[in-house]
Amino acid sequence: MSDKQKVDKARRNLVVATSVVGGAASIGAAIPFVASMLPSERAKAAGAPVEVDFSRLAPGEVGIFEWRGKPVWVIRRTKAMLDSLKAVTASLTDPASRSSIQPEYAKNELRAIKPEVMVVEGVCTHLGCSPQLKTAEAKAEMGADWEGGFYCACHGSKFDFAGRVFRGAPAPTNLTVPPHTFLSDNTLLIGDDKKGA
Amino acid sequence: MASRLMALWDWFDARMPSVGEEFRKHMSEYYAPKNFNFWYYFGVLSMLVLAVQIVSGIFLTMNYKPDAALAFGSVEYIMRDVPGGWLIRYIHSTGGSAFFLVVYLHMFRAMLYGSYKEPRELVWIFGVLLYLALMAEAFLGYLLPWGQMSYWGAQVIVNLFATVPFIGPDLALWIRGDYVVSDATLNRFFALHVIALPLVLLGLVVAHILALHDVGSNNPDGVEIKKNKDANGRPVDGIPFHPYYTVKDTVGVVVFLAVFCIVMFFLPEMGGYFLEYNNFIPADPLKTPEHIAPLWYFTPYYSILRAVPPLFNSQFPGVAAMGIATLILFLLPWLDRSPVKSIRYRGAYYKSALAIFVVAFMVLGYLGVKSTTVWGQFGFDAFFLDTKDRATWAARVCTVLYFAFFILMPWYTAKDKVKPVPDRVTM
Repeated sequence: MSDKQKVDKARRNLVVATSVVGGAASIGAAIPFVASMLPSERAKAAGAPVEVDFSRLAPGEVGIFEWRGKPVWVIRRTKAMLDSLKAVTASLTDPASRSSIQPEYAKNELRAIKPEVMVVEGVCTHLGCSPQLKTAEAKAEMGADWEGGFYCACHGSKFDFAGRVFRGAPAPTNLTVPPHTFLSDNTLLIGDDKKGA
Repeated sequence: MASRLMALWDWFDARMPSVGEEFRKHMSEYYAPKNFNFWYYFGVLSMLVLAVQIVSGIFLTMNYKPDAALAFGSVEYIMRDVPGGWLIRYIHSTGGSAFFLVVYLHMFRAMLYGSYKEPRELVWIFGVLLYLALMAEAFLGYLLPWGQMSYWGAQVIVNLFATVPFIGPDLALWIRGDYVVSDATLNRFFALHVIALPLVLLGLVVAHILALHDVGSNNPDGVEIKKNKDANGRPVDGIPFHPYYTVKDTVGVVVFLAVFCIVMFFLPEMGGYFLEYNNFIPADPLKTPEHIAPLWYFTPYYSILRAVPPLFNSQFPGVAAMGIATLILFLLPWLDRSPVKSIRYRGAYYKSALAIFVVAFMVLGYLGVKSTTVWGQFGFDAFFLDTKDRATWAARVCTVLYFAFFILMPWYTAKDKVKPVPDRVTM
């Protein structure tokens, strides 16, 4: 090759243009493959609301129901549990649930429509493990100032009976309250808050 | 007979000479330093384990069902009803841990003898990529038995991606293909585990070896044998890889396989470290096991994740620290400013730093399999103690030491008092 070889500009432009178009086509061809990994229509449909009957729950008991494959807790809160919520306010990260996820009607101190019925997703906001119930009797394990709530064994986050996270835990926000509505005194619709949906 | 075979070879060679050429280039005329020691077994052992995993994996797929409703049962079916199925599965599960063991020792060898230093930076980079691909392969494969640890391990790891600012939640949704870890997740992890990542691993192994053979192997003295060649252009301190090292490696392979078989036949669960007991319970999306920990080969990074407290209402700093702890390995060739390669000629600074690094890595690994309360709590209170768990603070100290090894390396390797390197390798 001589170093003074004349470059045919028209040909080189064609090569560049073809490469650019080919590159764009490769990216375009990747889109359907990448998109195929998004949730399928069936997976989206499985997110439909579920109706739950929690009449079997005794006061102080926690029922676990499945919605969108996630555990949703229904807690029939006793007077003592509700009192504990006021006692712990000072040691919470987000007591007023300002940066946590809940429907407007649950954005109060008790995080519920009815104080005695708490509905909350049992999924730690840290990395998604499901915390365990630790009642006020578990003081030996949880410390003398434990008023009862939930403990995530994976990374040690603690929550009260309104799903509010205690300070010093890796979980950044309170447990999420899903959209829900009461169909009657003892039945709930989880996943939708418009009646009859 | 022999002449017939030779004639057949000549016939073949005349039509496809590249087979013979490649054999000579990479085996019979690849000159490797004559002073390789014990540490040089782990490269070939990594390749052996890769082959073992591919073969045992192929036979496992013949009976395994990548379906959330059937997966757990199909693994038990392999264990109980498939002829020899238990053996094939134990080969694969023992192989997983063996893979990390030999790869960690192989990487440590590179740190002992400066094998990542110029001109072998690309060999090291392909090696780190192999390590990352291996971690991905192990994580994906761990979901497949669909036990409790499979499920919740995947839940936690996928949620690590969800902590990435801005795109995190959508990224995690895309990885899972569902709002939770589900059948869709299991099916795609199966596809990635048995097709995509093995292909990536094989491609990277080829790149790793080609890059190595282009520049030539390092050795325990860190002497460049190509700088001293005889009249025929062969390194005077080199010997042909085949038959010298193929024979030496065969001895290593036999010893390794003997140990492998002892573990596989007598200790396949290794006290819960190779196969975790909670994974003998089918996945339950509504209930997390009381104690969850990753398999032993991930625990140093898991400890780093747990040690970093959340900042600005976000867990991302811990996740980022864990990611950087692996990615920082890529920079090693440029962080090391020492004029010598091998630890034999390095000074006290590097030797101490490497020793501290190894201890920190092992302590992090140990703490990662234990609960954060394993060493009890401090008996006093102070404003900076966000947690009183001694183990968390130990993990924090070790995390700092882990990063200090890399971040301070340009300083202490440049200051280090090195010894003169000989012209020829020593035996």
